[in-house]
Amino acid sequence: MNPLRYAKAGDAGEAIATVANERNARYIAGGTNVIDLMKLHIEEPEVLVDITGLPMRSIAATAGGGVRLGALATMADVADSPLVSSGFPVVSQALLASASPQLRNMATIGGNVLQRTRCNYFRDASQPCNKRAPGKGCSAREGQNRFHSVIGTSEHCICSHPSDFATALVAVDALVHTRGTAGTRVIPIENLYVLPGDRPEIENVLRPGELIEAIELRPSAHARTSAYLKVRDRASYEFALVSVAAAVAVDGGVVREARVALGSVAPKPWRARDVEAALIGKPANDATFAAAGDVATRGMRGYGHNDFKIPMTRQAVRRALAITLPGGRA
Amino acid sequence: MADLSRRKFLVRVVVPAVAFGLNPQLVSAADVTRVTRLPRVGPQPVPVTLLVNGRSVDVPLEPRETLLDTLRDKLGLTGTKKGCDQGTCGACTVLVDGKRVNSCFTLAIMTQGKPVTTIEGLAKGDELHPMQQAFLDHDGFQCGYCTPGQILSAIGLLAEHRPTDAASVHEWMSGNLCRCGAYANITAAVQSVAGGAA
Repeated sequence: MNPLRYAKAGDAGEAIATVANERNARYIAGGTNVIDLMKLHIEEPEVLVDITGLPMRSIAATAGGGVRLGALATMADVADSPLVSSGFPVVSQALLASASPQLRNMATIGGNVLQRTRCNYFRDASQPCNKRAPGKGCSAREGQNRFHSVIGTSEHCICSHPSDFATALVAVDALVHTRGTAGTRVIPIENLYVLPGDRPEIENVLRPGELIEAIELRPSAHARTSAYLKVRDRASYEFALVSVAAAVAVDGGVVREARVALGSVAPKPWRARDVEAALIGKPANDATFAAAGDVATRGMRGYGHNDFKIPMTRQAVRRALAITLPGGRA
Repeated sequence: MADLSRRKFLVRVVVPAVAFGLNPQLVSAADVTRVTRLPRVGPQPVPVTLLVNGRSVDVPLEPRETLLDTLRDKLGLTGTKKGCDQGTCGACTVLVDGKRVNSCFTLAIMTQGKPVTTIEGLAKGDELHPMQQAFLDHDGFQCGYCTPGQILSAIGLLAEHRPTDAASVHEWMSGNLCRCGAYANITAAVQSVAGGAA
């Protein structure tokens, strides 16, 4: 890890001004991603601005029946919140399926949604990577790409987004509250991210220094009956191969509202709108869910090692939808 | 001389040399022109006070130093192990503010004012912590390398009031790998302490 300077922020404005105006300054909170990347020399900030002293850790019910999650709440804080598990089970389940108990005690949810890809070529400073060094080429397209994306890719980047939590947030229409040098704004989680296209180094719409202050969960019938299915190489403490966040409101045996988000198959948490459209108005049964699984794979393409993710997505969507039903089993 | 270990010798010789370079207020001319006023320290070592195993310790450290390296290299607390140094093995698990964390992903400077507990801080004199005793009683290790992290993680698990049926212990101890494969006995050790406390 390179030598660096350290500043502890006493208020948000001070922290934002520092990171916005100073070259190569970066926030640190839980540290689980930035310290990892600093050790690998993938990120080399000269100044770390410690924001853990800012008052952004509370988890509170909102007037509308939702929950406001302070960005410094840890993954464990949020997973353990009854407000979250009762109204937004997909969010709790996604968090509990993430990382390890230790990492969940450390990592904050603001950092979680901004975590970088696990692409081995991105994480290896000796390898060409357009995200790290634009124009150098993508090593993964012709390389080991078992964990990579099957949709939303470009010729410049096929990385996948690793956050279970962010995938769940897409399924419950969460809002991201930010503060920057130009004031505050609210960004639907789905719009926080951008696809690699020809600029894979740009991963989200945040401006220099813009700080996530909170994530807002808004109540809905589909959020209350939601579930997270994570398929991975081992039963715990592993990133997903394919994951599905499903939120389905059923009334009279018919799907009235649906959200389906796919994780680890795209460079961002992937909202599958065509799958949602295939569900709404249909009977909530296995035939409908199987057909939805077929729809989910439309437009997907593999790069060799990750071809299996396409049929796996089909089955995972079908199973995830099944477990949203009362007494439902995968 | 008998108790002057290789580590203690290195610490005695190296640490003063590092401390001599101390200059926390060093600010270059370029910084003065910047619009921000957030004071910062480093990259040179800065004086920091840590609270480790109930003792207040003054130690000079660079902002980039992890808690793991500080414990081992500056404080001589080598019970905390450096396995992967990348957050995947759990050998470096300690308690910070009573919560189990990976000390390899923790900057020591960010733990100022927070109690840190390592494996060396568990026993009261010759009386082992119940979890240490349980690992002995149940033979919860073979080579022992992962054991300090396993024990701290298990203590964290119970402090978090997690369920302690076998499947839950497996899940809630999943952040600690044991390459010898002592998992069955580790699970038994954790369950025995959980049962005893109930």
